[in-house]
Amino acid sequence: MWAYILRRFLNMIPLLLGVSLLSFIMIHLAPGDFLTQARLNPDISQETLQVMEARFGLDKPLPEQYFRWLWGMLHLDFGLSFSYKMPVFQVIGTRVLNTLILSVTAMIISWGVAIPIGIHAATHRYSWSDKLLTVFAFLGLSIPNFFLALLLLYVIVAAHLPLPVGGMTSIDFDYMSFGEKVVDLLKHLLVPALVLGTAGIAGLMRQMRGNLLDVLRMDYVTTARAKGLAERIVIYKHAVRNAINPLVTIFGFWIAGLLSGAALTENVVAWPGLGQLILQALMAKDVYLVMGAIMMGSVLLVAGNLLADILLAVVDPRIRYS
Amino acid sequence: MPETATPAAGAPLPGAPLPQAAQPEPEPRSLGQLAWARFRRHQLAMTGGIVLAVMYILAIFAPFFALYPYEVSDRENFYHAPTRIHFRAGGHLTWPYVYATERDPATGTYREVQGRRYPIRLFVRSWSYTFLGLRSNLHLMGVDAPARLFLLGTDSLGRDQWSRLLYAGRISLFIGIVAVLITTVIGMLYGGIAGYYGGVVDNIMMRVAEVVMSVPTFYLLLALAAMMPAGLPSGQRFILIVAALSFVDWAGLSRVIRGQLLSLRELEYVQGARAIGASDLQIIVRHMLPNTLTYVIVAATLSIPGYILSESGLSLLGLGVQEPDASWGNMLSQGMNLVVLAQYPWLLLPGLAIFIAVLCFNLLGDGLRDALDPRTQL
Repeated sequence: MWAYILRRFLNMIPLLLGVSLLSFIMIHLAPGDFLTQARLNPDISQETLQVMEARFGLDKPLPEQYFRWLWGMLHLDFGLSFSYKMPVFQVIGTRVLNTLILSVTAMIISWGVAIPIGIHAATHRYSWSDKLLTVFAFLGLSIPNFFLALLLLYVIVAAHLPLPVGGMTSIDFDYMSFGEKVVDLLKHLLVPALVLGTAGIAGLMRQMRGNLLDVLRMDYVTTARAKGLAERIVIYKHAVRNAINPLVTIFGFWIAGLLSGAALTENVVAWPGLGQLILQALMAKDVYLVMGAIMMGSVLLVAGNLLADILLAVVDPRIRYS
Repeated sequence: MPETATPAAGAPLPGAPLPQAAQPEPEPRSLGQLAWARFRRHQLAMTGGIVLAVMYILAIFAPFFALYPYEVSDRENFYHAPTRIHFRAGGHLTWPYVYATERDPATGTYREVQGRRYPIRLFVRSWSYTFLGLRSNLHLMGVDAPARLFLLGTDSLGRDQWSRLLYAGRISLFIGIVAVLITTVIGMLYGGIAGYYGGVVDNIMMRVAEVVMSVPTFYLLLALAAMMPAGLPSGQRFILIVAALSFVDWAGLSRVIRGQLLSLRELEYVQGARAIGASDLQIIVRHMLPNTLTYVIVAATLSIPGYILSESGLSLLGLGVQEPDASWGNMLSQGMNLVVLAQYPWLLLPGLAIFIAVLCFNLLGDGLRDALDPRTQL
């Protein structure tokens, strides 16, 4: 197991190197750089421009810029952000945390809801509630995140609900007590987490339903019933445990979708996460910030995949990585 | 089972179909006929398919169904609520008509000018357009000026949302199909080559694909969209958006195809093809890839909504289709301003169009998956 984890970590190195090269090439193929606008501004002198160029390393040839950036990253130095005038690592740090808060909350919502209703749908197959849940699953699967977010925000505004319509904290957040801060954060979290959670519920619930139906056909379930166990124990203790395993497999796959979905939702509800940062940075041609954000997004994704594989080995004793 | 009693109507059998009940053994049916029979049982999938067909027809014949030119702004009528259509006059049912409206300067809303009624006329001739090289000025319906028929209201510039929605459908609905075709070709060839050769080639090609898959899709898409220079003609922009959508999505498909080919290449018919001297490319394209088609068709249908959503998302953030061209995403971006949205909720309607299209593609894909899966019993 440990050897496997170590090997996976070693595999991540060429992968992330590839991602760094890809993002570097993309950013430098884009027309203009951060100083394009500054050059057109007659108030900024030629000397200042040269100092800025030298400071951000823009006067060096491209391969050298790339290796400098790569070398810096090995020391957790992601370069300087042009627009924030501070190290990229500091700017990204809080954003990664915010994206994680949002994603983890969405995850709790979708798994917490999807598994019970998936179990219900499977044990009450073809009943009206199963059909109703299937319809809801399709609606939830199909409704675009950004549309649902706008719809919820509209309802909040139109019905004058006492809920915030964007951002992560209120203006007077700094003056609140700890308890008030938590409540304030949760209020802001409600819409984006609900939106992202809904997208996950639908797929997970269908998966859970299908898995459980497969497991319920197995011989050992029949055996458990035959020896007179209560139906509740047959379902929850014998069947559900095995039906959850395939869900862990899609966990890693699902993290990728969650990060992408979060990026768009963050922009709609102004949640200050990585996705919102990357758009702002792209608009401002803030090269190092964009590359840093893409790198961090990829690290989150790859780490999530690894976590899923490890988790699978933990919950399913039949799986042994060698 | 009910379906075996009725022969599949949409798939004519060679010769006259014999009454099946009289036969001791059911007539052998081709894979396509079986799939069609299974698909027809799937009512939700059929509904999805029909709704999509209607949407595509509306989009293709957009100028005929549109009431006003999509890019022309009616400056007297910005943020006009959907026009109220009246069906009753003096307590009796009557041909639908509308009233002209005037703006209330105090509230910014429009109120009806009672008095003259303007009936909705069918097959009117008004503004002219070219369709497939033909000039015409025929439209499905319209009302006489000064009355207006805004079925879905107008936006901040006084452009008719119904007409824009139709034209936007041309972009939003077709971008998915074009992108899925390109992605499928790239994914099949790339995965095909990797899976056929295996070994070092496979190893290198799959590492490259994994790099693309390691970046969160939407991050990659944003970065690619930002690469596009501003002020491109709309045709070129469309092509570049399609290219970006294809670039972020080919890797996943190629990995599955590669896995299937790895197992296929050990089969005897492949060795047979090799023995009679077929070239590698011939073997991959003519003999092996067709075996993956069932999977590819379902995967392609199920991935179209993803492209529609990505394009809408990009356009919503201002990185996709640019004004004055309409796409469902950039129409919805007007609703991003909550102060405006609270007053003029009809700005959300383009989002509903996206929702319906995505829902129908999901239903269709689900039905296709059941229909093409040979294990599904009739």
